Amino acid sequence: MRRKTPTREMGGSPVPGGGRGSYRHPMIEVRELSKRYGATIAVDRLSFDARPGAVTGFLGPNGAGKSTTMRMLLGLDEPDSGQALIGGRRYRELPWPLREVGALLEARAFHPGRSARDHLAALAAANGIPRPRVEEVLGLVGLEAVAGRRAGTLSLGMGQRLGIAAALLGDPGVLLLDEPVNGLDPEGIRWMRTLLRSLAAEGRVVLVSSHLIGEMALTAERLVVVARGRLLAQTSVVELSARSASLEEAFLELTADAVEFRAR
Amino acid sequence: MTGHYRFAHAARMEWIKLRSLRSTWWTLAVTVAAAAAIAVAVGVNTEDATADLTNNALAGISVGLLLTGILGVLTATSEHSSGTIRSTLAAIPNRPLVLAAKAAVFGAVALVAGEAASFVAFFAGRAALPAGVAGPALGQPGVLRAVALGGAGYCLIGLLGLGLGAVVRHTPVAVGLLVGGVYVVAQLGAALAPVLMPYLPIAIVANSLTVVQAGMAIGDVRFLSPWAGLGALAAYAALALAAGAWLLAERDA
Repeated sequence: MRRKTPTREMGGSPVPGGGRGSYRHPMIEVRELSKRYGATIAVDRLSFDARPGAVTGFLGPNGAGKSTTMRMLLGLDEPDSGQALIGGRRYRELPWPLREVGALLEARAFHPGRSARDHLAALAAANGIPRPRVEEVLGLVGLEAVAGRRAGTLSLGMGQRLGIAAALLGDPGVLLLDEPVNGLDPEGIRWMRTLLRSLAAEGRVVLVSSHLIGEMALTAERLVVVARGRLLAQTSVVELSARSASLEEAFLELTADAVEFRAR
Repeated sequence: MTGHYRFAHAARMEWIKLRSLRSTWWTLAVTVAAAAAIAVAVGVNTEDATADLTNNALAGISVGLLLTGILGVLTATSEHSSGTIRSTLAAIPNRPLVLAAKAAVFGAVALVAGEAASFVAFFAGRAALPAGVAGPALGQPGVLRAVALGGAGYCLIGLLGLGLGAVVRHTPVAVGLLVGGVYVVAQLGAALAPVLMPYLPIAIVANSLTVVQAGMAIGDVRFLSPWAGLGALAAYAALALAAGAWLLAERDA
């Protein structure tokens, strides 16, 4: 599959009227955020920031509350208390959400019977994004050749690329990506890493959740480490690495108390 | 870019989503074909020339409207089962607006398809009548109304399905409720409490909307007039949609 480098393409044509120069560079602010599902506390008075210009890794073991926090940032789940703000506003207050925030929530957030192109066209129409932008993002993620196929026939990695295309559709200043390298082959992982770093270098806010410390070490500069819904550290990759023999070691020490099952 | 997303944006999104699924088109095509096929079968076997031949030609609606109902259910539930709902709500966070746009777009499509099915059934049924049996004409009193309201019946059952789908979110449960509510309850109601019979959706379609002579009666049971029937069916659909909109706004996606 032919893949284009993101840096060459991204400078291309921003959404008319919402151009690069007009970014306000909004920040992600999570303040004392809590969410409980029945007896389970998914997120527990969590506070952190993600700033423009750097990839912020949102790191924690499975079940740490990363996805729940992402869903609350997007207004999909309602917090029990606290705030999840983007540029000082709640998501549902955004006038054109996809032009300000792009999100990849999980491998599949599209109908298997609908083509990638139609999926993106529907989202573009919803936020007044010009139709040619659909072809642009399809090219950007290397899906042009399969854009007319029913999305259910796409591989896991192609599905992730479609999710990235949807996130980039409105040329947003803020990107929220939940486990974006899931299902990608090594080449795809490298592609994603380059893309995320270039998006941040353009001055965007890039928050990427992962449970893979090794991947975060290569991709992120800032780290927000959580476990059991609580903030364990808000730091940089360099700082955290310096705490122990390696970043992995430092991460495991930090999360040691919070992990339920660990082989001895 | 100034302004804010509006109903028109949500409607455009819903139209693209609806038209881009093959299942939409073949379901509607089968709906029209089934109505015509049943009309022909009934027409060919007509013996009593004094019967309501318009109502006979529209007999297939009672069966075929289940298809529009299920399409309505799927239009809501498939978003949840596929995860598309999260993409949809990320684009349009105003949830009642999303469901209103979905209802408007799906309702319009179901109405057009329903009218097509009803009119095709009417003409096919009339053409299939045996020689010597005079067919009804649209110009005769009540005939055009019966055919047009028959088409509206598909649309309203479809919207009822959409509302139920938004309420329960799971396809099998919503389809079960729709089939149970439209068909099974009608059978039980007829057996246990005949007084309820005129208010049951299937009875409204078969005995209120699609009759030439308003206010038909079977035994002690007097059915609703066509317009009262239309109002009752619209009220059921509106109630299901309002509940769906409220729950969509209340629940986590």
